[in-house]
Amino acid sequence: MTTRLFGEPVRRREDARLVAGNGRYLDDLGADALAVAFVRSPHAHARITGVDVDDAIDVEGLVAIYTWEDLPEGVREPLPLLIPHPALTHGRTAYCLAKDVVRHVGEPIVMVVAADRYVAEDVCERIRVSYEFLKPVVGLENAVEGPNLVHDDVPGNIGAHMVQEVAHRDGRATRDVIAAAPHTLEFRLDIERSACMPMEGKGVYARWDADDRSLRVYSSTQTSTSVRMAIAAKLGLPLPKVEVIAPDVGGGFGVKIVHPWPEEILVPWAARLLGREVKWTEDRREHFVSSAHERAQVQHVKVGFDDEGRVLGLDVEILHDHGAYTPYGIIVPIITSTQLLGPYKIGSYRVEFFSVYTNTVQVTPYRGAGRPQGVFCMERTMDKIAQYLGKDRTDVRAVNFIQPDEFPYDQQMIFQDGRPLIYDSGDYPESLRKLKDLIGWDDFPAMQAEAAAEGRRIGIGVGCYVEGTGVGPYEGGHVQVTSDGRVHVSTGLTSQGQGHETVFAQIAATELGVPIEKVSVVTGDTRRFGYAVGTFASRAAVMSGNAIALACRKVKEKALRIAADALEADPADLEITDGMVHVVGAPSASIPLATVAVLSNPLRYAFDEEAKRATQFATGGGMDRPPVAEGQEPGLEGKDYYSPVRSTFASGMHAAIVETDPDTAEIKILRYAVVHDCGKMINPMLVEGQIHGGVAQGVGGALYEKMVYDEYGQLLNASFMDFLMPYVTEIPRIETDHLETPSPLNPLGIKGAGEAGVIPVSAVVAGAVEDAEKIVIDRMPISPSDLYALRDSSRTSGAVSLLRNTQ
Amino acid sequence: MHDVTLIVNGVPRHARVPARRLLSDFLRHDLGLTGTHVGCEHGVCGACTVLLDGRPVRACLTFAVSVSGQEVTTVEGLARDGELSPVQRAFAECHGLQCGFCTPGFLTTVTAFLRENPAPADDEAIEAVAGNLCRCTGYQNIVKSVHRAAELMAEEGP
Ligand code: FES
Ligand code: FES
Repeated sequence: MTTRLFGEPVRRREDARLVAGNGRYLDDLGADALAVAFVRSPHAHARITGVDVDDAIDVEGLVAIYTWEDLPEGVREPLPLLIPHPALTHGRTAYCLAKDVVRHVGEPIVMVVAADRYVAEDVCERIRVSYEFLKPVVGLENAVEGPNLVHDDVPGNIGAHMVQEVAHRDGRATRDVIAAAPHTLEFRLDIERSACMPMEGKGVYARWDADDRSLRVYSSTQTSTSVRMAIAAKLGLPLPKVEVIAPDVGGGFGVKIVHPWPEEILVPWAARLLGREVKWTEDRREHFVSSAHERAQVQHVKVGFDDEGRVLGLDVEILHDHGAYTPYGIIVPIITSTQLLGPYKIGSYRVEFFSVYTNTVQVTPYRGAGRPQGVFCMERTMDKIAQYLGKDRTDVRAVNFIQPDEFPYDQQMIFQDGRPLIYDSGDYPESLRKLKDLIGWDDFPAMQAEAAAEGRRIGIGVGCYVEGTGVGPYEGGHVQVTSDGRVHVSTGLTSQGQGHETVFAQIAATELGVPIEKVSVVTGDTRRFGYAVGTFASRAAVMSGNAIALACRKVKEKALRIAADALEADPADLEITDGMVHVVGAPSASIPLATVAVLSNPLRYAFDEEAKRATQFATGGGMDRPPVAEGQEPGLEGKDYYSPVRSTFASGMHAAIVETDPDTAEIKILRYAVVHDCGKMINPMLVEGQIHGGVAQGVGGALYEKMVYDEYGQLLNASFMDFLMPYVTEIPRIETDHLETPSPLNPLGIKGAGEAGVIPVSAVVAGAVEDAEKIVIDRMPISPSDLYALRDSSRTSGAVSLLRNTQ
Repeated sequence: MHDVTLIVNGVPRHARVPARRLLSDFLRHDLGLTGTHVGCEHGVCGACTVLLDGRPVRACLTFAVSVSGQEVTTVEGLARDGELSPVQRAFAECHGLQCGFCTPGFLTTVTAFLRENPAPADDEAIEAVAGNLCRCTGYQNIVKSVHRAAELMAEEGP
């Protein structure tokens, strides 16, 4: 088939407009809209005792000032808790505008609408809010041990507590297995906070059409369909009167899947109330203090293993910091708990987590969504076992791998989608082999010795992960062929730079047998597709990709049926190539798909050439049959949904070689290698791009990024000047290799790829630094000063810094 | 209020704005040229980079009134007669962008850089984009795009 595009590195169709400066991001819209700014809490924990606007009301250009008291029913209730869970016994969410108490720096208190953002900020400066200070809770251990509470009615600041246990085959409990194991180790791990930090912050723009009594909202969101439902419900509008569109979105990485953000309710509400277009564009400081963070956990680990390094029992206790509110439930620690197992058969496993309130920005999924922490735990464990037994780190991993003939492999846990954690396919030994080849694992000891002889310290690290991708419940696709031969594809989920316009067009072009130039794709526009879940959890390609393929198959079936009538052939003998339906092996007996589209509609006003041409074909039925036969519809279009029984599991392995400076403790990544398996690749160029971006964020999390809160709950580094995201100079060249074990779960055999790159990086870098320095690395990120201090303390303690087998 | 006139992408453009109006806001909101993006408003990310008399500056750190009378090139002005410039084409060809939000800043920066150094070595190419943040691409293909743009320019001549 000449039109086969699936699997090809097709160039992106979104780029022509983006490189020309013709993208349309949120703040590029609504040139005449009023602007919104917020008075946000400067305190981490305080009771609001008064809001004084006297100085503010005379500012020229001011349109409105709102506090919680001004909000109507629906808007004044707490925001929804999106994903409840029985273990989340004390879920709490914020209000759109704070009511009585603020619980983190940055919480919105007053909304100001004005002629432009400059004026709106002038007004904010003149509004005086008075506070009664409450004791802030900062730091995980302070939260669970200290006397102060984030929410009065949440004892011990514990929002959720959950235990999952997979007992040993012989029925013994994990702790008993560990107690009886030949070897045991026990240690603590710490992971700091980071955040998604898309280059474009959030933003909302709303316009109310008074004549039509309808609302159109644009939001820089990862889920326009759900934002729409939230707005309709909160504002009491009929759903068909609300449309939400995600325009070009400048990155998401998780933070924009949370919904509705307060601003997504407040801005449309104000637009309707004022009868004016209203827009809010988040600035960078706002994004730091009022969006969401992730990652922070403390883990206590106990492991029992045999002489080969086989894990017999693993017992992990996690303290997870979820910040001041839990709008997204406890999905992050659940993912940590379940994905921690990685590619391994763990003899018995017990995991317990406490999800804890602190007076800091709320925690919701950031690319990887709890997996980097789980992988850090598992991979540090593997390294420690290898170190203890004096074995090669990859050998210890290999003895624990699930083998290729053991799929589907049931980990006997419940995954984030509420479904069994069953891995569908993979080949971990082969991945490891490829990775060792790529990085030159076996040659490294010689290289390390050579470097040591020159006074240089280099080390190598490795990390493996399995990632559940393509979580349900569903996505849909709609495909329409119009009489000009164009193919219009739409799906409800959104795009933030993944290249969906390209990959979905590749799928449609391949399925329908049309040139890709004929295909256009719309995502995230509720006017085109109303039912969707959203873009997160590496699910877009799997979910919408398959839904679009299924919709195309419906369209194709109909096209072949109509064409068969016209060509007096059997549909089974027809094929579509380059937009022509023809008899297989007899290209002259053919009819353009465009003509088929005309024939599919009994109403044939000859608006265009194609319709005129169609008159030469007689179609169906005699005078005794209705023009649209029973069970048929006019038009050449189709819609279908893809709803998987459970997630599909991608996997990968990374390795890095780092060098540490003996004097300054600077850490440099010399090489970074990735072997990645996301099943069949729709577009290898875009898959690699996703991996590159993920690894870069992983490097940020391993070496540079952390949210520094002081004891008062002030975020000390809320700017790009102080929160250190990697520039090009911090990212090594990333070497990649692929493995394609197709997923048996979906028609296209694909698995998700969006998050993969970021997941194991902290674990890999920790292992490499440890190998270079021979000092235990148990917390991430690690800065040069951290390493310097670690060197000092390991010297002064006089301890042999690494664990050794003393038996 | 001040009268500000700039030659933007070769065309004189005028607006009456307060002294505090940033060049980034002036371009985006007063002139409607929204291709220039704002990622941090404090001079760190480089998304807002435009060429002022041919040299890259951060529009978010520049008051429009302070550059009145000067020439500004924005991303919208890189294409010639409707054809994308070599730098723009190279980014598209090498997958040098994902969400595209940082891209205008990279394109303007690289355009100015390659004028001065038409055949950069790898470390020079890296250095050239070392002041711009991108959260999507991991920079691999951005560096590739710089080299590819240099190639295209060499092939096509001035
Ligand atoms: S917006 Fe100007 S440097 Fe970031
Ligand atoms: S492409 Fe998204 S920030 Fe660079």
